[in-house]
Amino acid sequence: MPTSQGKSILSDSIAIRTENLCRHYSMGEALIRAVDGISVQIASREFVALLGTSGSGKSSLLNLLAGLDRATSGTVVVEKHDLAKLSREELAKYRLHTVGMVFQSFNLIPSMTLLENVELPLRFAEVDRDKREALAKQALDRVGLSARLRHRPTELSGGEQQRASLARALINQPRFLLADEPTGNLDSQTGTEIMNFIREFNETLGMTIIMVTHERTLAERYASRMIFLADGKLVGDQSNVASASTRQSSGGGL
Amino acid sequence: MKTYDMAELAVRNLRESILRNSLTTVGISVGVASLVAMLSLGIGLQQLAGRRLQKSGLFDTVVVTSRRDLRGFNRDQEENGPAPAESPALTEDARQKIAQLPNVLEAYPDIRFITELRFEDKPYLTMMAGLPFSAKNNDAFDGMQGSFFSSDTANEVILQKSFAAQLLGKTPKAGSDEPSVTELAKPLLGKQLTMRYAERTATPTDAADKKDAANSPGTAYSVVSREITLKIVGVCDLDPDSMRGQARARIFMPLKLAQDLHVMQPSDLRDTTNMASGAPAYMTVEVHVKSPTQVQAVEDAIKKMGFNTFSIVDATRSLRQFFAVLDLFLGIFGSLALAVASIGIINTLVMAILERRREIGIMKAIGASDGDVKGLFFAEAGVMGVFGGFVGVALGWTIGRVINVGTNVYLKRQHFPPEQIWFVPWWLVIGAIGFAIVVSLLSGLYPASRAARLDPVQALRYE
Repeated sequence: MPTSQGKSILSDSIAIRTENLCRHYSMGEALIRAVDGISVQIASREFVALLGTSGSGKSSLLNLLAGLDRATSGTVVVEKHDLAKLSREELAKYRLHTVGMVFQSFNLIPSMTLLENVELPLRFAEVDRDKREALAKQALDRVGLSARLRHRPTELSGGEQQRASLARALINQPRFLLADEPTGNLDSQTGTEIMNFIREFNETLGMTIIMVTHERTLAERYASRMIFLADGKLVGDQSNVASASTRQSSGGGL
Repeated sequence: MKTYDMAELAVRNLRESILRNSLTTVGISVGVASLVAMLSLGIGLQQLAGRRLQKSGLFDTVVVTSRRDLRGFNRDQEENGPAPAESPALTEDARQKIAQLPNVLEAYPDIRFITELRFEDKPYLTMMAGLPFSAKNNDAFDGMQGSFFSSDTANEVILQKSFAAQLLGKTPKAGSDEPSVTELAKPLLGKQLTMRYAERTATPTDAADKKDAANSPGTAYSVVSREITLKIVGVCDLDPDSMRGQARARIFMPLKLAQDLHVMQPSDLRDTTNMASGAPAYMTVEVHVKSPTQVQAVEDAIKKMGFNTFSIVDATRSLRQFFAVLDLFLGIFGSLALAVASIGIINTLVMAILERRREIGIMKAIGASDGDVKGLFFAEAGVMGVFGGFVGVALGWTIGRVINVGTNVYLKRQHFPPEQIWFVPWWLVIGAIGFAIVVSLLSGLYPASRAARLDPVQALRYE
């Protein structure tokens, strides 16, 4: 395996690989290098935290991995998919089946009930009507929201909304969870609750987690690997031994 | 996404901003309604005119004359046909042959003569005409007082309004109001008239005597003066005889009766002087054709028999053309309203895209394809079109009905019989709904593809 990064990669297969990945925007006359030549490899089942100050390019990198945005140059390969080579239609399919996304601002559709929100990706996947409702209920049950099926997002607390969006991200059984500051809008207690769910997905479902955050303590506590970005460049990459002990200490509580 | 899911989502999205989407749908409805109302009135008027024409008996009638009479309406026929002397006479045989032509309903002779009538011991000289029983449905009798002939041979007459006025000595002075038919009919209905006329009776001929004088038998006839009593059964307002202005009759009797009386006709005398034929011949024969479209064919067939013909089928052609243009214009005005409505749809959907940018971004982020987003907006436009179409047709139907009722109230005030001036055929209902849906979908095309092209990263950043 052609890698020199982190011990965990040696034990697992490579799930995500980027090579000299760039995303440049032109804003007026200025050229903004949001992602500027990042080469990184992420193994399957890893829990990676992308760290950096705002404007460091961590969200832009996440959008590229999620297939929401296209690279200016360089390659990004997720499992077998070379994202640059996928058509718009194939990219939509990739977002639907391969990755699940969670956002800082939850991004639930306000006009729909929780059940409908969670069901929505199943509609796009053309799952049958009766199957859809059962799956959505099951997913909401998993995050402890069985009592809130018919509520609209605005009737719920931030933590509940984020739990619903976790249920939505899981509904098509993706192998990757991409989270953009998932606890950014939550108090620390609810944040912990959400992080425990994410860790559970990583450990019991075997999902590969990539989480953007600017809180180093959060990353240290949960992530198995920390990648540091500044000005669109990779400035640090370290595996997190400390998280292993945290896992054990909090693992019983889950 | 499945089509059913798409439609379901579209309906629920429309319900979310119910006020704006209802207003847009009302816009479509008004467009469809004006289209339906305009066209249904156009079609109704056309049908009304058609019924009127059919009833007038003008456009399905061919007038046949013999070429010998040189009374043809068409100079071309006179110049190019066979010489008058060689052409056949319009005899009873010829009439029966004409009546047997395909698409001919009936062929009856035109019998009219000037006669003396006595009413309350005063003599009146006027033109009498035989009226076929089928003329009962002629619109001239719409405003008639009394009744039509009880049978085809009854000793009954119908008076023309002006003659009725003359009998009563109520000839209107210039400038004053004409007396109404009701007024005139009251003292006359049921009264009797005595008609004096000249009967033509065939004289048994001695073939040897007449050999040099004429080629055919039956030339000889005698004229006998007779009297008959006739009952007045009706007074009509309009002239059922409007086709031949110069020979306008003012009193009518059943045609069969007129034929049976064998009244001496002007043509009899001329035939005698011409020495062409001794058999009684008609001046003109009127031929009723099944429908105006077959008039031309019947006319051609009769011409082949050697007679002159005349019809006013050309007039119907220009009338149909007029209504085609009228319908076109009404349709254009109706469509203009629908065009305005379609701009309303575009506006609503474009606004919805701005408002729902974030929602579109979310849907794309969780796996919606361009096609899903496009289909969703397209379906929303389609659903508005379907609702707008149905409501619009109902509204247009109601508007047409209200106009119809209003017109009839007006007609009643003007003492006219009610008329159906509005008609909604089934093809208009289906066509209008279909048109509304097509226009809505076309209007949704641009907003839908715009929504589909939205960049999800930017859409998600939008608050």
